[in-house]
Amino acid sequence: MTVSTQVFDAIVIGAGGAGMRASLALGVEGKRVAVISKVFPTRSHTVAAQGGINAALSNYDADDNWKYHFYDTVKGSDFLGDQHAIEYMCREAPRSIIELEHWGMPFSRDEKGKIYQRAFGGQSRFYGKEKVRRTCAVADRTGHALLHTLYQQNVAHNTQFYSEWFALELVKNKQGHFVGVTAINISDGSKCFFAAKQTILATGGAGRIYEQSTNAYICTGDGLGMAWRHNIGLQDMEMWQFHPTGLYGTGILISEGTRGEGGRLRNAQGDYYMSGYSKNADLACRDIVARSSVQEILAGRGCGPDKDHVHLDLTDLDEDTIRNKLPGITEIAQVYAGVDPRKEPLPVVPTVHYLMGGIPTTEYGQVIEHTPGGDKVIPGLYAVGECACVSVHGANRLGANSLLDLVVFGRAAGHHVAQLDETQPLVYDQDDIDQGFATYTQMMKRTSGIAHSVIRSKLQKIMQRDFGVYRNHSEMQSGLQALKQLKHDYDHSCYFADKSKVFNTNKIEALEVGNLLDVALSTAYASLYRTESRGAHSRMDYPERDDTNWCVHSVVYADESTVKRPVNVAPNEVKPVILEVRD
Amino acid sequence: MQLKIQRYDPEADVRPYLKAYTVDLNQVQGMMLLDVLEYIKDHLDPTLSIRRSCGGGVCGSDGMNVNGKNVLACQTQLATLPEDVTIYPMPGMPVVRDLVVDMSQFYKHFESVEPYLQPKQLPKDHEQIQSIEDRAKLDGLYECIMCGCCTSACPSSWWNPDKFVGPQGLLTAARFVADSRDGQKEKRLDNLSGKYKLYRCRGIFSCTTVCPKGLNPTQAIADLRSAQEDV
Ligand SMILES: Cc1cc2nc3c(=O)[nH]c(=O)nc-3n(C[C@H](O)[C@H](O)[C@H](O)COP(=O)(O)OP(=O)(O)OC[C@H]3O[C@@H](n4cnc5c(N)ncnc54)[C@H](O)[C@@H]3O)c2cc1C
Repeated sequence: MTVSTQVFDAIVIGAGGAGMRASLALGVEGKRVAVISKVFPTRSHTVAAQGGINAALSNYDADDNWKYHFYDTVKGSDFLGDQHAIEYMCREAPRSIIELEHWGMPFSRDEKGKIYQRAFGGQSRFYGKEKVRRTCAVADRTGHALLHTLYQQNVAHNTQFYSEWFALELVKNKQGHFVGVTAINISDGSKCFFAAKQTILATGGAGRIYEQSTNAYICTGDGLGMAWRHNIGLQDMEMWQFHPTGLYGTGILISEGTRGEGGRLRNAQGDYYMSGYSKNADLACRDIVARSSVQEILAGRGCGPDKDHVHLDLTDLDEDTIRNKLPGITEIAQVYAGVDPRKEPLPVVPTVHYLMGGIPTTEYGQVIEHTPGGDKVIPGLYAVGECACVSVHGANRLGANSLLDLVVFGRAAGHHVAQLDETQPLVYDQDDIDQGFATYTQMMKRTSGIAHSVIRSKLQKIMQRDFGVYRNHSEMQSGLQALKQLKHDYDHSCYFADKSKVFNTNKIEALEVGNLLDVALSTAYASLYRTESRGAHSRMDYPERDDTNWCVHSVVYADESTVKRPVNVAPNEVKPVILEVRD
Repeated sequence: MQLKIQRYDPEADVRPYLKAYTVDLNQVQGMMLLDVLEYIKDHLDPTLSIRRSCGGGVCGSDGMNVNGKNVLACQTQLATLPEDVTIYPMPGMPVVRDLVVDMSQFYKHFESVEPYLQPKQLPKDHEQIQSIEDRAKLDGLYECIMCGCCTSACPSSWWNPDKFVGPQGLLTAARFVADSRDGQKEKRLDNLSGKYKLYRCRGIFSCTTVCPKGLNPTQAIADLRSAQEDV
């Protein structure tokens, strides 16, 4: 089958918040950019974000300051976040939010007509002394509003979208430069090599490696898999955030905004248990709240016939708050749990939600390789958003810092690419392109074998069982062995029945499973590698944080090699935050 | 549950046909129609093509016509469905394959209303001020997820799919006209005059009946008309 080639100044893979912010930065500078997305842009998973986006605007609480936001984020990250990147993000936050507002994002408002801000977990003023309302919100539909606003702006700027195109593999030339990506058009099966001197990965998360997840079906870690298969080391892949309030049975998210507005977690005995675990009670960091809920369940105080979940109680909230600030949650509770949150508590359980780790980058999104001599920029490749690890979230992300990450670093990467003074010609040969289609072609030819859905379901069960909130060596080791077997099965016999060309979702899903497997393997390697408990990574066999050996990023490779990469503790304008115990 | 689903692969089939599936709901995890479709794809027939993404009613991918009504499969509770279920792709849009329709026309109409804020003078270092009351005027308009259920259910759109902006496009226009921050209200309203815009709506209310987000495009169109009379 023939392969066409299209050449652009830059390619963005992904049309979520990160990808569309990057493409705007490029478009504004007059660059020819192609945005490739496996779904129509507004169907990207950013649309599902609910609670909000952080910026120290001081609209409610006077004297908030990005420096407090910086402090909270470093501490929330359990000191694994890179402080120069966190500084950059928090300092840029107010300006980034105002820019979104100027573009028409329909923020909720306060009495003065300014952007509404609510309380969220882990946010404080005066370096941990007082709670602060810092999370800018559009009711409980902030992601929808953000994604649609960015899409609207891209329409205004005539961005060239390739919607319902599936990116297969990155293409690297013989000089080691990334020069684009191979892709197939889902609508008609045609193949194309998108060539550019710079490629920006913005493919989002990979929560579907777990059986229960708040993530969309499409969150399959494709960009992570693409990088991994080019032997790019992935960073902090053990750091998966479990959100304390996934709706029991479905995994659908119930925003932290519910607790920000006054909701509380309760066990079967009716105790509001969080105050017993943390001085911040229900607004402690997510890793802490998730562990506390699991402790309650393990102690036999879980709710329901199987005592396997807890309750989120919103019945004390006033009508107005529920109606105006949490309308989406009310709808979700009614449609997906048959519960009226004004009258009854919601059944919830810690559910996998967000990957703090990912492709390591500079604060301009350039993908880096860690060598004994230090970090080296990999030419031609950028990563932003959830697939990247810049790292502002470290071992635990603060709620409402991800949407911020998308716009701040999406802009930074787009801007950086636009400013490059690239004089080197774009060089590649047929062989480079062919390699980018090799696996695909092989799978198309296979006429029997193991269905991808069987592999996917096994994979998700392993991750759920062996790589959950609490982990320990023996279970993770057996999980890893099972994953390796699955990887072998996938490589040698994964097969999809449908070989047709037009909108063949069977084929796309089979390709996604390959990416899920790579992400799962990297998670397993990293989780076994880090022999301590920090942030979201809690090991029963190593229950303490080990700052002597492990205040470093883990980097793992497809060949199973591992290295440690130092955490940046050198912000430019502020003093670094010194290690302390979190509460 | 007995399902009949319209199948069509343009490479293999001369015309669309209905295919029957029997699903034992005890085998299905989840309580939504989308869970049944995923079950079919994983266990009974991998060749069935649908669109889906978030699975939670916000991305707007899985609009389809179920027992005669446009719905999102991911927020259609199995408990609300009868034993026999017939599923067609959303009507009024060309079928790409199975339950997947070509929405390019729909997106063009969306783009035709200049769906982006065209602000007045922007303040330099802070947000535009908007009162709680002015912001409330966007409620019921901005939440659209572009699933296409409304436009696909609109007879006026069926007659003039290429010309009539349709309920989604008009709802979007209303969202920007209603925004106190927008500086182009008059131009926007001007652009909505002409045969195939505001007045092609015949007030049939199909859009409002089917909107999975409970929005009311018919009302939005009525409001646009009175706004047009006011200027
Ligand atoms: C339910 C939920 C609620 C959340 N709420 C909040 C919140 O309130 N505040 C907050 O800060 N964060 C929140 N988060 C986290 C945040 O929403 C995500 O981390 C963020 O939206 C990810 O954005 P992204 O741009 O990186 O990726 P996505 O929005 O997931 O976009 C990924 C893009 O990549 C494309 N893509 C992927 N693979 C391929 C491929 N192979 N070929 C072509 N295209 C591809 C997709 O089509 C899509 O366009 C929430 C997350 C969830 C799951």
